[in-house]
Amino acid sequence: MSKATIIPFGPQHPVLPEPLHLDLVVEDETVVEAIPQIGFVHRGLEKLVETRDYNQFIYVAERICGICAFGHSLGYAETVESLMGVEVPKRAEYLRVIWHELSRVHSHLLWLGLAADAFGFESLFMHCWRLRERILDIFEKTTGGRVILSVVSVGGVNRDINASQMDEIIHTLEGIEHDYHEIMQVMLNDGSVKNRTVGVGYISHESALDLCMVGPFARASNVAYDVRMFGHGGYGELSDFQPLCATEGDCYARVKVRCEEVLQSIAIIKEMAAKIPAGDIAVPVKGSPAAGAEAANVLEQPRGECYYYARGNGTKYLDRMRMRTPTSQNLAGMVSVLEGCDLADVNMIILTIDPCISCTER
Amino acid sequence: MSEFGLGRMTFGSLFKKPETLLYPLETKPAPEGLKGHIVIKVDDCILCGICERTCPCSAIKVSKPDRTWEINRFQCVQCGSCVRACPKKCLSMDPSYTSPSAQIYTDSFSIPEKEKPAKAEPNSLASETTLFAHQSPCQTAGRFPHEFIDESRRSR
Repeated sequence: MSKATIIPFGPQHPVLPEPLHLDLVVEDETVVEAIPQIGFVHRGLEKLVETRDYNQFIYVAERICGICAFGHSLGYAETVESLMGVEVPKRAEYLRVIWHELSRVHSHLLWLGLAADAFGFESLFMHCWRLRERILDIFEKTTGGRVILSVVSVGGVNRDINASQMDEIIHTLEGIEHDYHEIMQVMLNDGSVKNRTVGVGYISHESALDLCMVGPFARASNVAYDVRMFGHGGYGELSDFQPLCATEGDCYARVKVRCEEVLQSIAIIKEMAAKIPAGDIAVPVKGSPAAGAEAANVLEQPRGECYYYARGNGTKYLDRMRMRTPTSQNLAGMVSVLEGCDLADVNMIILTIDPCISCTER
Repeated sequence: MSEFGLGRMTFGSLFKKPETLLYPLETKPAPEGLKGHIVIKVDDCILCGICERTCPCSAIKVSKPDRTWEINRFQCVQCGSCVRACPKKCLSMDPSYTSPSAQIYTDSFSIPEKEKPAKAEPNSLASETTLFAHQSPCQTAGRFPHEFIDESRRSR
């Protein structure tokens, strides 16, 4: 019997964009156990809700994570709106969906680039990030920011997208779509990519359900769960929405699900842009959440379901704000997948789960 | 075949304009609504302090006694809360970034004294009407109109 060795992986590692530490217990070249450790970027942002009023906290919420910035501000705003019984104008709901789906496209393109970089496909990495840059340009033109957008407010949105900007968005997305099909072909059909992804890091449908996995990680194991299918907010106006699933449950399936979700998001943006009604973009919100009032909300972030909880105390400061992020849900699945894999596949498996440690630690 | 598609795209990039800019020799034109930095029209400011109270990162300091409006550019997160909250619309977001600095500094602006309206004549109804007719509550600089306290015909 070979001797077990512990190999530390992270928090600083070329493949990890964020600090996650794993103690990999290895026998020969096989990982027998993976012990995760987080806590390197904890900032105590939930506690800040006691010193920032419910309007100011939006700007804190969107700084939880750079990639999911818009999603967190949206999730938080929706929770406070539900706490205070605020009805958001229809146009604001459509605009929120458009920006949220653009965020998903940019997040998935960033991830595809990182995955390409992890298996050494540098030109593919460059092309993915080149396309992502165009999404950031759209953000810059429509919101004034590239990463931190600050457009969501309790009661609506701060900025409108006019007709010419909307046409420009659609035109840009069509250009992206054209190039993206080439990238997707390589991601899904190229031999060198498939060698690193097919059959690697398999997790079954039953295990995915048992381990409460969410997002593309779960959908790659055929768990048809996507919060957007409940039709909250502007998503209720979509003519049809079906979660994109794969049955293989391996790294390849996770790549496939994310690749297809980019096209799905582009289709959603086009539909929303075509159907967006005229009208106000925000309603004035007065008063404070009632003492003891509670609200919960779920939102489909690029990495999966994110849960928000808020409790009022009768003042403009909330009593409690809590988030459960998709990565904290997926850590159990990640540890399970890593057990029994080859040491050389660890980076690919971790990347295909797309952990977001900033969200998880807050 | 997929390799050829990407190869064609990569090869085509050789003959296209570069996607990147040679910063700082080249800079990107700033879009109209870019959140660059906060600017203030000092002549319109009434030192009400709403921007200071709205700022989520305490970057703005308003001092009525000194008649100054200060902003710490290194604390400001360009959220635009102050711009939306300003009752006199004297704050705006300029679409250009401030230049880099090795030192943390605070931009301070002096707010000029407003010309006080002519004092009302004690027993003149016409002049009293004039004193308040042209003033909205905001135009009293957010302060109680003390001139009114000494007014002999004030209802008690």
